[in-house]
Amino acid sequence: MMQLTTGERQLGAIVLIALAILGIAMAAAGRTDVLGIHGAMVLLYSLALLFLLFSSAFGPEPSPARLTRYYDDPIKVGVGLTLFWAIFGMFIGVWAAAQLAWPILNFDTSWASFGRIRPAHTSGVIFGFGGNALITTSFHVVQRTSRARLADQFSPWFVLFGFNLFCLIAVSGYFLGVTQSKEYAEAEWYADIWLVIVWVTYFVLYVRTLALRKEPHIYVANWYYMAFIIVVAILHIVNNLAVPLSFAHAKSYTIWAGVQDSMVQWWYGHNAVAFFLTAGFLAMLYYYLPKRAERPIFSYRLSILSFWGITFFYMWAGSHHLHYTALPHWVQNLGMTFSVMLLVPSWASAGNALLTLNGAWHKVRDDATLRFIMMAAFFYGLSTFEGSFLAIRPVNSLSHYTDWTVGHVHAGALGWVAMITFGSLYTLVPAIWKRERMYSAALVEVHFWLALVGTLIYVFAMWNSGIIQGLMWRTYSPDNTLVYSFLDTLLAMYPYYIARAFGGLLFLIGAIVAAYNIWMTVRAPSAAQLPLDEDLPASDRPLDGAAPTPAE
Amino acid sequence: MFTHETLVEGSKMWGLFYLVGFSICVLIYTFLPANRERFERAEREIFDKDDGPWT
Repeated sequence: MMQLTTGERQLGAIVLIALAILGIAMAAAGRTDVLGIHGAMVLLYSLALLFLLFSSAFGPEPSPARLTRYYDDPIKVGVGLTLFWAIFGMFIGVWAAAQLAWPILNFDTSWASFGRIRPAHTSGVIFGFGGNALITTSFHVVQRTSRARLADQFSPWFVLFGFNLFCLIAVSGYFLGVTQSKEYAEAEWYADIWLVIVWVTYFVLYVRTLALRKEPHIYVANWYYMAFIIVVAILHIVNNLAVPLSFAHAKSYTIWAGVQDSMVQWWYGHNAVAFFLTAGFLAMLYYYLPKRAERPIFSYRLSILSFWGITFFYMWAGSHHLHYTALPHWVQNLGMTFSVMLLVPSWASAGNALLTLNGAWHKVRDDATLRFIMMAAFFYGLSTFEGSFLAIRPVNSLSHYTDWTVGHVHAGALGWVAMITFGSLYTLVPAIWKRERMYSAALVEVHFWLALVGTLIYVFAMWNSGIIQGLMWRTYSPDNTLVYSFLDTLLAMYPYYIARAFGGLLFLIGAIVAAYNIWMTVRAPSAAQLPLDEDLPASDRPLDGAAPTPAE
Repeated sequence: MFTHETLVEGSKMWGLFYLVGFSICVLIYTFLPANRERFERAEREIFDKDDGPWT
């Protein structure tokens, strides 16, 4: 925040004071309702940020020379927030997985019951980890590919801290028992309205920065980020249209009724996968993969064709979540057809990524960061194939409501989304902090294998248990009665649930290793900034052992 | 009259034409010879070494 001008600091202070007053109003109106607790949290959050802002408020005006550099301060904070949410969200995930094997782990409390920690896990990893990673990398990529500094210095902070306030309100709400009962959209009306404000600011900032670009052509990664920002805004607004009980209550009711509600929810839900968990991460792929491999993308034209294919087709695929329901049959067919067609642009993207590596496979062997990105492209291809397959109605009759779906989601979330994120972070962190390389290449290697083995254990466990579950549910005796009771299927799941929790644990440990490695990279003195002969107290003098390790 | 049937007909028939028309536009944009240089430049521009905004 050291680079903020007086005007920007004043604007920040005004916004934070307004937010603090809003927090007081929410607390006063809501009283003992969860809205009241959230009001107190909004108040504390804005006061904490106000304290941070004031503690540097009387510093000198920033030098105009800053405008000749990219604005990377929000990116640095964003990396930290990304890692915090990764560890938090994955920890809750391991806990939820362990509860399925050992239900005692809810400690007989309501706040730790599976129904509450499960959305805390999904929101923590999707919005907390994924969302912060997307915002952070988008600020990096848009500046580098546009050759322009972010359009102003206030809105990046507003977007970053505003988004994290949303995550905080959402996740704490689930523990307190507040939910809209819409998957990936559980947060209540006031958090939803706040997210709209933050998101519109994000959109305006992104467009303004693109408008300042010195490159005539907008690089394809920015198209994906723009699709992510625009479509998530549309989805979020339409799916969350709701009428609160009153302005003093957290509870609201959706304006959609019956099967329309289901259809809107899964139009939202599947496009959350498409535009939150795919489009933005493909943007990372199209920037960090060529950068890391030091090879241009195999075919730029193919990336354009697959962009329009993915954005167009995904919009129609959501109804495959509602096979065999009251949704009209032709709408189910439409969703199924578009899901199958989606395989073409999806595999075009995955193939484009893997073909880019032709001629650089020795780097994949030697460089764990590039291997993260390669594995992500591989898992992207795998899970999009699986997705198209599961969307076919007769296949869905076996897989729906079973762990197969959970396995599919995690092949995408762990194998694709998380791996491309870590590959991008390992490329971004040394670049932003002007370090030659990560603190430890060996730890990147350790992380890679933990992540890969964890993902494989998780996904194979869920494939097995899901198919067994589906088959047991549909096994009839010759007299046309069900052979297995529901309890029988649970007993059959037990070993797989243990394996799944173990796979998730490995992945969590990998994320902790990444956080440590990145922390040490940031702390490591860069040779240019801190020469060894500098006049420093002995304890601050960098030791030889703290020097970055040689190239891998 | 704007009814359920109108929507169904719109989706079933005009949706298809929309898809076909849209695909043709994308194909033209992608393979237009005038765009060749722009795309080839885009492939390479991310490798420029200088790390600062252009003024």
